[in-house]
Amino acid sequence: MTTDANFELTNHKTVGVIETEQAKMKMRNVNIFYGDNQAIHDVSIDIGKNEVLAMIGPSGCGKSTFLRSLNRMNDTVDSCRIEGSVLLDQDDIYHQSMDPVSLRARVGMVFQKPNPFPKSIYDNIVYGPRLHGLVDSKVDMDELVETSLKRAGLWQEVKDRLKSPGTGLSGGQQQRLCIARAIAVQPEVILMDEPCSALDPIATAKIEELIQELSDNYTIAIVTHSMQQAARVSQRTAYFHLGKLIEVNPTEKVFTMPEHQLTEAYITGRFG
Amino acid sequence: MTDFNQAERIQQSLKKRYRAELRFRWYGRLAVGFAMLCLLALFTDIISKGIGAFRTTAISLEVTYDLEQVGVTDLANKDELLYADWDALSKQALRNQFPEVTGRKDKRELYRLVSNATGFELSKALKANPDLVGKTEQIWVLADDDIDTWYKSWLAGNPYEERLTENQIAWLTQLVADQKLNLQFNTRFFTGGDSREPEQAGVRGALMGSLLTLAVTFLLSFPIGIASAIYLEEFAPKNRLTDFIEVNINNLAAVPSIIFGLLGLAIFINFFELPRSAPLIGGLVLSLMTLPTVIITSRAAIKAVPPSIREAAIGLGASQQQVVWHHVLPLAMPGMLTGGIIGMAQALGETAPLLMIGMVAFIVDIPNGVTDPATVLPVQIFLWADSPERAFVEKTSAAIMVLLAFLILMNAAAIYLRKRLEKRW
Repeated sequence: MTTDANFELTNHKTVGVIETEQAKMKMRNVNIFYGDNQAIHDVSIDIGKNEVLAMIGPSGCGKSTFLRSLNRMNDTVDSCRIEGSVLLDQDDIYHQSMDPVSLRARVGMVFQKPNPFPKSIYDNIVYGPRLHGLVDSKVDMDELVETSLKRAGLWQEVKDRLKSPGTGLSGGQQQRLCIARAIAVQPEVILMDEPCSALDPIATAKIEELIQELSDNYTIAIVTHSMQQAARVSQRTAYFHLGKLIEVNPTEKVFTMPEHQLTEAYITGRFG
Repeated sequence: MTDFNQAERIQQSLKKRYRAELRFRWYGRLAVGFAMLCLLALFTDIISKGIGAFRTTAISLEVTYDLEQVGVTDLANKDELLYADWDALSKQALRNQFPEVTGRKDKRELYRLVSNATGFELSKALKANPDLVGKTEQIWVLADDDIDTWYKSWLAGNPYEERLTENQIAWLTQLVADQKLNLQFNTRFFTGGDSREPEQAGVRGALMGSLLTLAVTFLLSFPIGIASAIYLEEFAPKNRLTDFIEVNINNLAAVPSIIFGLLGLAIFINFFELPRSAPLIGGLVLSLMTLPTVIITSRAAIKAVPPSIREAAIGLGASQQQVVWHHVLPLAMPGMLTGGIIGMAQALGETAPLLMIGMVAFIVDIPNGVTDPATVLPVQIFLWADSPERAFVEKTSAAIMVLLAFLILMNAAAIYLRKRLEKRW
């Protein structure tokens, strides 16, 4: 077996099963460029409804870039250009009739580093719903704050100090606050970009538990560096290598019987 | 053996490093100490020279408000009041004080003891209170600046007599003996406009001029500066044109201020024909000068807003404008304020461009609006420092103290605002 990636990948076609029965998002032949550099090569994959899809791969393989293209976060990067189609339900999110602001209300995002606003916990939660005019009365907002924090498993810890700044919480609590903030907008899909990489193991365990609970109601795509995490939380796993999607399969299959030799090399720790 | 050598070597280099660190600390302390010393010397010099200007010499006179003597028959007749010889009242009072003075020349010397504004002051008192007519009152009147200089130097034990005659010195000595000469708080310095007579000169006109000019500068340069910074940083496409604009803004910050004065003269006065010597033009010119500073510091403040906060807001579906208004602006505001303060402080101390647009004129009236002729504090300092009268020396230092107080007050207000707006994340 060889790990000479470049040789292997010149005419690569994704192995495994890219389709799902009930696709929430469908990506077809996606190419992403930064200026003249191509970061993502011809990626096609589905994300099923209420499924957790894990994206793994060595650093710089483009998995974060790909994730951020799913709610057009890459729009803020001037040099970034995208080809191919990304469908949310039946809507092409890059079609000119699609407004990126309304798209991001449907596809929420949680970032690598916890990034609460320098405002109170309460204001952090109601910020998104207020933007989109989802809540008007104080009663509605109170209720929304409570349900969002409960869903994020943070309610018990912060219910007595909703008015204190969100930045005063611990790292793990901050990240759960960010998740609560994201689900307060009632998105259909939640994108998570290495949500646990800045957290300790106990905080990580809490977030992983939370991800599994959330998948009852939400469709989740998560980028992670930890293969154990991918194995624990996801139903399907996608392996990226040098901007190409090497393999997509049910998580169990990827970690026990990977189809592609590069996947196997990565999960057995030969590189990455 | 090698291990031992290595430990020894580390020890030696460590000693060297600590010595270097200690040396460096002392350099720092010396530098700070030297700076403090210079500041102390500056303040001591200014304060010791200028403190005297806050008090002024007054002479106690028994004045009889005799309308006949000034040539007024009816207090309601404005023309009569205007052409009346009000100085006759103080002259009569001085003659009563020193009945032995008879010669014309001596009398003229005697009259010169009091400020030539005394008659005007007396007429004002009479107009405010017509009941005084015919009455006699013991009042304090403003002494002439030469008397003021003499009395202050006499109190200091080193009387300056060059500008006085022997007669005058004799009268003054008698006044001092009778306790009819004293120092009073110089309210006129804070309420009056400029004057050629040092004892009547006040800083109020220049202070108001500075205030009005800075108000115009702030109202123009702060919003325009911040708006440009936000547009260039957040909305403008990054291309050749914006690069060109950026380079030019940086260049403008380095243009000598007198050039902006010439620009103001050519455009605002000659082309738009706005009133010269007015705080409006001063403010316009100073805004041109401070705009680059405000834009550059505001852009730096916007750049310093952590991208994670932007991403969080965009990820929740905030539009670009909402990201700016809700997050970037509040977080960048303290930094922008700092830029604003630096710009304002620069503008407050600026003299050269204002000379070009006529704010160096001798203006007695206190400006009430941005189109009234005015001068500003630094120009006033320049004008007084240029005046030959000895009494203007302390006025100059006192005006510097007022300017510094203004500056400190402005900075303190800005720092207070910044501390209130500052948020941690």
